[in-house]
Amino acid sequence: MTVSQATFKDTILDPQAPVPAGLINPDGQTASKRFDVYRNNVAVSLLDALETAFPVVRKLVGDQFFRAMAGVYLRKHPPRSPLMMFYGEAMPQFLRRFEPAQSVPYLPDIASLELALRHAYHAADATPLDGQALAALDPDKLMSVKLRMAPAVQTITSEFPIHAIYRANTQNDAPKPVMQAEAVVITRPGFDPQIHPINAAGAACIAALQGGQPLGQAMALTDDTLDLGAVLGLLLGQGAVTEIY
Amino acid sequence: MLDATNRSSLPCRPGVGYKPQHYSDIMADPGPVGWLEVHAENYMGDGGRPIAQLRHLAERFPISVHGVGLSIGGEGDLDADHLARLKHLVGWLNPASFSEHLAWSTHDAHFFNDLLPLPYNETTLTRVASHIDQVQETLGRQMLLENPSSYLAFVESTMSETDFLREIAKRTGCGLLLDVNNVFVSATNLKTSPQAYIDDFPVEAVGEIHLGGHDEDDDETGAPLLIDSHGKAVVDPVWALLDYTLAKSGPKPLLIEWDTDVPEWSVLAAETTRADSALALVTS
Repeated sequence: MTVSQATFKDTILDPQAPVPAGLINPDGQTASKRFDVYRNNVAVSLLDALETAFPVVRKLVGDQFFRAMAGVYLRKHPPRSPLMMFYGEAMPQFLRRFEPAQSVPYLPDIASLELALRHAYHAADATPLDGQALAALDPDKLMSVKLRMAPAVQTITSEFPIHAIYRANTQNDAPKPVMQAEAVVITRPGFDPQIHPINAAGAACIAALQGGQPLGQAMALTDDTLDLGAVLGLLLGQGAVTEIY
Repeated sequence: MLDATNRSSLPCRPGVGYKPQHYSDIMADPGPVGWLEVHAENYMGDGGRPIAQLRHLAERFPISVHGVGLSIGGEGDLDADHLARLKHLVGWLNPASFSEHLAWSTHDAHFFNDLLPLPYNETTLTRVASHIDQVQETLGRQMLLENPSSYLAFVESTMSETDFLREIAKRTGCGLLLDVNNVFVSATNLKTSPQAYIDDFPVEAVGEIHLGGHDEDDDETGAPLLIDSHGKAVVDPVWALLDYTLAKSGPKPLLIEWDTDVPEWSVLAAETTRADSALALVTS
């Protein structure tokens, strides 16, 4: 009477599934509540991991909704790696299709923002470029240089006010969000990720630089709402540029 | 079979499972704590504060790397990516010890973040020994294997857990991590004697002892069901079982594990003081 790990796994994830007959109590009867210890351990540990990963999503929907949603998520998307600090990577896509969450249309983008913060927290350390190095460049050459970004740097654009919503749920006395499109760039000057609001052109410019475009082409991809000086000042001030190449 | 070099080498003193919220307290006054244990998977990011803190801690304390995700008891092959991450961590940190569990947690590329049980028979013995050979060859060092907490038994088991562990240690040259709380939890749940388990345990292979708290519940028949939660103080019967163990084994590196509802440092420090007293009883 062997119990394969495939059967064990399926039984753990399905609370209604009967416990396999090969798993027994000390009296020789098929285990029931004893098997539920494993079911509970798995569900609780994955729920804890999701609560740690998405505190603002949780705050926006409330504990009860979050627990129910996480219960569906963890059965549909069990972890694919033992690195629990990155568990939840499919949450934005999941929330986009999760019917009960459709009344909170900005939820997937907030989940993306929280994933990006975690990624930034664990990203490789990088030595910032001396800000003077860019100023010292021949102005004729400036547009043809490429800038390498620190691994923590990420941009997110949204049709919703993700920065204002995030701030309103993490800081006291933050202003009430106004419904408008927003973009952010995430940096990590020391060990703590920072979120900076930025306009869409700025975010597009940074994304193009990360894609290996020279500065001139990264600019050309945007429009006249780009304030290049402000974007470069922010990146250099945050230690987000590591190399001119 | 591993040669005698690169053996696990923690000091026979109290250690504690490291939690980042205790960083300043530990650095300021570790009390009797002589070494720290970290969960391998928490230090497999690329950089940032966790890695920087671990570098600082390792300058001051011997470190035990305790894996919770290798799935050594799994039916399938070990996760090559995970083993490579482990090799990288052990490579730069050069810890005093590496340990993992007699359990599985990954099946068919899905990870369940729990230590799931396996039956003990010739098939599983061969498989676990082969996985441990692979780990020790990859890391170039001895590893310790920890006894699990059991809530149920497998009809297909043909040998006792102690026989299984003894044979694994013999075949692979690995050391054993004896979790005394797990012994107490399993013995209560399976209606066996914890002292008999210790009597039968190959204490000469033990490179580390774990102590932790558990939750108390009942099963559907009203029989006690203890759950290994690592969320409470060590109970008196487990301290007594520790004394019983140390009397047989002599001094060993002794870890206090507290992973959920983590208390402030002073509470954990009091547990390490009690562990230090238990060690003093058997240290001449």
